Amino acid sequence: MIKAADVVIIGGGIIGCSIAYNLAKKGVKNIAVIEKDYLASGATGRCGAGVRQQWGTEMNCRLAMESIKFYENANEELKYDGDIEFKQGGYLIVSSTDKEYEQFSKNVKLQKSLGIDVEQISPQEAKEIVPYLNADIITSATFCPKDGHLNPFLATDAYAKAARRLGANIYTYTKVIGIKTSDSKITGVITDKGEIATNIVVNAAGGFSKIIGDMVSIDLPVYSERHQILVTEPVEPTQKPMVMSFSLNIYCQQTPHGSFIMGRGDDTEPRDLRRTSSWQFLDEMSKTVTKLLPPLGNLRVIRQWGGLYNITPDKQPILGSVKELDGFYVAIGFSGHGFMLAPITGLLLAENILGEKTTIDISMLDKDRFNRGELVLEPSVV
Amino acid sequence: MENIIICRCSDLSLKDIRDLIEDGYTTVEEIKRISRAGMGSCQGRTCSQLIMREIAKITGKNISEQKDSVTRPPTIGIKLKTIADGSEDND
Repeated sequence: MIKAADVVIIGGGIIGCSIAYNLAKKGVKNIAVIEKDYLASGATGRCGAGVRQQWGTEMNCRLAMESIKFYENANEELKYDGDIEFKQGGYLIVSSTDKEYEQFSKNVKLQKSLGIDVEQISPQEAKEIVPYLNADIITSATFCPKDGHLNPFLATDAYAKAARRLGANIYTYTKVIGIKTSDSKITGVITDKGEIATNIVVNAAGGFSKIIGDMVSIDLPVYSERHQILVTEPVEPTQKPMVMSFSLNIYCQQTPHGSFIMGRGDDTEPRDLRRTSSWQFLDEMSKTVTKLLPPLGNLRVIRQWGGLYNITPDKQPILGSVKELDGFYVAIGFSGHGFMLAPITGLLLAENILGEKTTIDISMLDKDRFNRGELVLEPSVV
Repeated sequence: MENIIICRCSDLSLKDIRDLIEDGYTTVEEIKRISRAGMGSCQGRTCSQLIMREIAKITGKNISEQKDSVTRPPTIGIKLKTIADGSEDND
């Protein structure tokens, strides 16, 4: 392990790897990424793998648009020896209540004003896109053909390999156990494999980001909550878009190898770090999916798992420097959509750390917006 | 080695697995995620043991010192509608 680094990034998910790649690309030489398990072992590898531009806040729309633009050319940009399997089959988001119908009209208006290719359509039109959709239980839908999905393990692998090629050091199975400070400045990171002297630490620890904040006595306004997913046996390609509903609490996508994956959250989940599987999820998901997409009832579930959403009060991430501690940066609180925002996040953090003007103004995404009461609530989260 | 199948569900050969270990993916969890070995209908019941044996051969880390991948429910594939239709009086 190296003895000193210009930047230490805590967390080897796609956010940490994207930040490492962007810093290395800008010429930073001594970068260390510290991951307590294997790469993508946390929220990245447990996510639903979808990427969408259909958001309810301008900031989330803009972050997502930039990220999707990157994913379209990521194999070339990262010179990946594999394929991140990016497919743009669209997102079909259905409304099932009048209130939701109105929210969708507002969302679509905002999205269109930003240049996103999206339409609000009738239940019948939605059925033309996914013929076995139960149109009787929906009031409308929105569809953006440029939304899609990609493989989280391979996307992280692509970033990690590119970062390593540019000189970054990535340490897996290495746990951060402390952060050294002196006069409100970062001076080093202590791991179970040794110490690294550094003046800059990036907290990209996803579901565990609050633990890292606690190490430097900074109370980060985030909490973690379990969300669950199941996957079925693989079958022939039948469904191109992700089908999603906030009110029915489901998202469901067929992956390139043929399996369907589907996930949902639960408002009554305790705020803790459990990632175990529950039978309640399996029961609720089976009922929801057979109601919305009836033929999928014939598919066998082969595996289920849990992962952590790291949630902020307004469901938008916290990005950039933290004023109480010189050299401490965060890229946390993605509220369930960190995977899809990773490309732009890596760029913005690299720019912020190097003191450059950021591609998108992130001053409203600082941690102190909650103290100032400047929340912009994202309404569209499963 | 190309003709020896290690993971039947995801169609991976002994050569595929050995190449991954040589490339630095030296735990069952990492190999599973990069290659889909053990993600199919049988959930790694055959391949995970074989992969651990190959890891032991190449890295020298005994199977007993290795961590197997996490076992996740359900134990066997079951249709979604069977679960959705299930009720207490369904005997």
